[in-house]
Amino acid sequence: MSVIAEIKRQKRNSPWSELVRRIEHGDVIFRTLTVVAGLLVVLVTAATGFELWQNSALARAKFGLDFLTGTNWDPVIEDFGALPFLYGTIQTSIFALLIAVPIGLGIAIFLSELAPAWLRQPLGFLVELLAAVPSVIFGLWGLYVFVPSVVKPFAQFLNDNLGFLPIFQGPVFGPSRLAATLILSIMVLPTLVAISRDVFLAIPNAQREGALGLGATQWEMITQNLIPYGLSGILGAIILALGRAMGETIAVTMVIGNNLDLSASLLHPGYTMASIIANEFTEATTDLYREALIEIGLVLFALTLLVNIIARLLVWRVARRIPTEARA
Amino acid sequence: MESALSPVRAAQHRARSNYRTRQIVNRVMLALCGLAALIAVIPLVWILGYVVQRGVGALSLDFFTQLPTPVGVPGGGILNAIVGSAIVVGIACAISIPVSLTAAFYVYARPNTLLGTLIRFSTDVLSGVPSIIMGIFAYTVFVLTQGHFSALSGGFALAIIMTPIVLRTTEEMLKLVPKTLRDGSLALGAADWRTALNVLLPAAMSGVITGIMLGIARVAGEAAPMLFTAFGNPFFSTALDQPIATLPHQIYVYAISPYRDWQDKAWATALVLIALVMGLEIIARGVASWQERKLRGR
Amino acid sequence: MFKSSGLIALLMMAFALFAAACAPTAAPTSAPVVQTVVVKETAAPQVITATPGAPAPASGSLAMNGAGATFPFPLYSKWFYDYAFVDPTVKFNYQSIGSGGGIAQITAKTVDFGASDAILNDEQLAKAAGIQMFPTVAGAEVLAYNLLGEDGKPITALLKLPYTATADIFLGKITKWNDPILQQANPDIKLPAKDIIVVHRSDGSGTTYIFTDYLSKVSPEWKEKVGNATSVKWPTGLGGKGNEGVSGLVSQNDGAIGYVELAYALTNKLPYGIPQNKAGEYVDVGKTPEGVQQAMSDFGANLGDKLAISIVDAPGKNSYPIAGYTYLLNYMNQEDCTKGKKFVEFFKWALTEGTKDATDLKYVPLPDDVKQQVLGKLDKMTCKGNPL
Repeated sequence: MSVIAEIKRQKRNSPWSELVRRIEHGDVIFRTLTVVAGLLVVLVTAATGFELWQNSALARAKFGLDFLTGTNWDPVIEDFGALPFLYGTIQTSIFALLIAVPIGLGIAIFLSELAPAWLRQPLGFLVELLAAVPSVIFGLWGLYVFVPSVVKPFAQFLNDNLGFLPIFQGPVFGPSRLAATLILSIMVLPTLVAISRDVFLAIPNAQREGALGLGATQWEMITQNLIPYGLSGILGAIILALGRAMGETIAVTMVIGNNLDLSASLLHPGYTMASIIANEFTEATTDLYREALIEIGLVLFALTLLVNIIARLLVWRVARRIPTEARA
Repeated sequence: MESALSPVRAAQHRARSNYRTRQIVNRVMLALCGLAALIAVIPLVWILGYVVQRGVGALSLDFFTQLPTPVGVPGGGILNAIVGSAIVVGIACAISIPVSLTAAFYVYARPNTLLGTLIRFSTDVLSGVPSIIMGIFAYTVFVLTQGHFSALSGGFALAIIMTPIVLRTTEEMLKLVPKTLRDGSLALGAADWRTALNVLLPAAMSGVITGIMLGIARVAGEAAPMLFTAFGNPFFSTALDQPIATLPHQIYVYAISPYRDWQDKAWATALVLIALVMGLEIIARGVASWQERKLRGR
Repeated sequence: MFKSSGLIALLMMAFALFAAACAPTAAPTSAPVVQTVVVKETAAPQVITATPGAPAPASGSLAMNGAGATFPFPLYSKWFYDYAFVDPTVKFNYQSIGSGGGIAQITAKTVDFGASDAILNDEQLAKAAGIQMFPTVAGAEVLAYNLLGEDGKPITALLKLPYTATADIFLGKITKWNDPILQQANPDIKLPAKDIIVVHRSDGSGTTYIFTDYLSKVSPEWKEKVGNATSVKWPTGLGGKGNEGVSGLVSQNDGAIGYVELAYALTNKLPYGIPQNKAGEYVDVGKTPEGVQQAMSDFGANLGDKLAISIVDAPGKNSYPIAGYTYLLNYMNQEDCTKGKKFVEFFKWALTEGTKDATDLKYVPLPDDVKQQVLGKLDKMTCKGNPL
């Protein structure tokens, strides 16, 4: 078809046939589908939040904002407060990420940049295999193997040498927030490693060649080029890992000791929001009791939202500080 | 960071003054990365070894071909749970993968619109909701309205748990596809959807599969949401509107029992579950690399 | 459970349908099926019929779902397995989702029968009008402990706990193993001067309900300060999830003590202690399960309409003090006659032929006086107002 004929044909087009043409082209359908799928995800999230809100009405009315600062959880007299759980969740998930993120990134760098070719596939496989271990198995292994043979001696060591720090105060128990933290840091590794490895692998080689060509060492190339380039993806992995850490139930419940203790010490037993829900929801028989547990779910939901808003603000600030050359 | 200098020039500047230090830092940090890998391998091998050690004794051919037996009745297997898990996870994938991938394209194409921001927030928040809450949610939506437990409600609960992982990973992997590829495709007159399916998705495929496999691995092992949805079933069932057995639920039931016989079966079931997920991963990777070779060949 | 919200349900259906449209492998949502479902046989059961030992499910057999307490799960699954040989036309599916879950499910009628370790309170009875509790078996709890003697060897003897000692330990009032109260009751054991580490269940459970019921009966202080429920606010100690969690914590901590189901202590060979009963005797329930039957009989002469009673701290000389019934829950007036009939038939079988399974698995069958009352109640079940 000549260009002139094409122009003539287009001039003849009414708005209607323009629409038909675009539908035939397929993009209208495609875009509609993406919008619909996106809306579904948003709606499901909103619906979850809404159900949590609606079904905790009794507890919200009874305890109000005191729920967040209440330190008592007594099903017998139906007095409920969320603070010990809120505290436990924040403490364990933050420390778990502090341990897991450097190690996870280290492995990802090792897998994508350093490891000999014959090692990459099997090692990557092994890490992903860890993702397939059900959490009840993590919990049983943690309780019967990991806590007595690693966590307890390690906790004793920390207490002996660093006991003057509030977070390492005694007495030492096996099941503790430290145990939960370590189990969580192992559990989030697959997510962190697998995604950040793929992020590193997806970075074009020109980035590497450019940096090395200018005389950077391999480490400088990684920290100054690869990490800034893949920052968004790495943060995505960290956020998924954080979500996993905050929402994990059975494995944490098995090793944390389930105690309302509010001390700073990592070596003491504690409690998390996900654990209290997992522990008591199925046996909660009165309305107020059940709704208080659902309100814990609501608080966790809100906390996740808050953490993500903070994370986005941080990313935004960091992104502004990274010179654009590195991202080109 | 020296604000006036670009990192590259900063690097050159330091190179002249302090070449040796840089080399040492480089060696030390790279060694630390290797050490990180080593540290992570220890619990990994340990836990897998433990599962094998505890579980392998209860494995036999019967374990794969028979139905569960009560305590004290010898033999018995987990055929119903293997099939049940395949069905429930299959439903979860059928819902979650298309929705996640399509939504990821939206976020990729329009990250800064209101909907784009909302989708990203939603996925991040969903990823932190404990799985038991998702089970209760699916219970409300399906079980209470239909009046009975079903495989479908279980699949639905798992689909929600899986979605953030697949969506988020896909989005990040799409972002890393060089812009030139997309521009090239569009410049050649390809429609958006063609570009998405024939250019972007294949280019990001390896990472997308990682996301899908992480999602499957995660939900295949979830017991908590199954209690109120798929419910469990000691008999063989493939009906979507009936209660159905799943592997993680079976592990849970066996693991909390007082009897050694069942406790051993819990570990064996876990071993089977891990092996199955791994098998799936191998197949998925195999198919992906075969596809990639086919594409390159063209 | 959540109240359903119509709009959201609709949205979710749309979600599912959308997905089904995207992926042809997903079957679309089937129309809501009402309670009675005749299971259509698929081709697959070929495999099962070939399985030696497993009962062949008859074509068009009836599926009956039940849910509830975790404690009787091993026994119920054995009963239903065996019963499939007796009556191949019905398939019972029992799942342990917890007593609270069981009560909620039978109230919402998402299952055909429920199960609970806890006695339903007035609020729950009011919500599920016409519901009846039927005791099936009873179980005992013991105090598993882990203690190294001063010679470094583990102590495994039967530990005797004076009448209020258990409560005082769990209240944090007795804190040392060599406390005179404990040492005097156990002259044959040299108890070391170690701290007692209290371990309790962290998950809500019927086991905790029975244990705290016992503590409330023997100790007014416990009753006032802590009380009795499926979960309580523990004055001291570590929480382990499930029997396995408690036994894990006990076995790893020198000086630990925690309550577990008798079957758990026996089959996992944990050293355990028993409390003194009201009459001042020590009944080793591990050797003589009749101690629990005796406790049932102490209270069992007339259970009344409710058919439910607490049997802790029983007065009899040979009674074991920490024990409780577990119950099946069903409506006295059935909406589905076949299901009602099958339920009653099964129950009668369980109370007679099924007692051997119970003893094998360390549960305690009902004594005759209680059994007669349950059978009498079963005979009064109706269907749409007519006798079954």
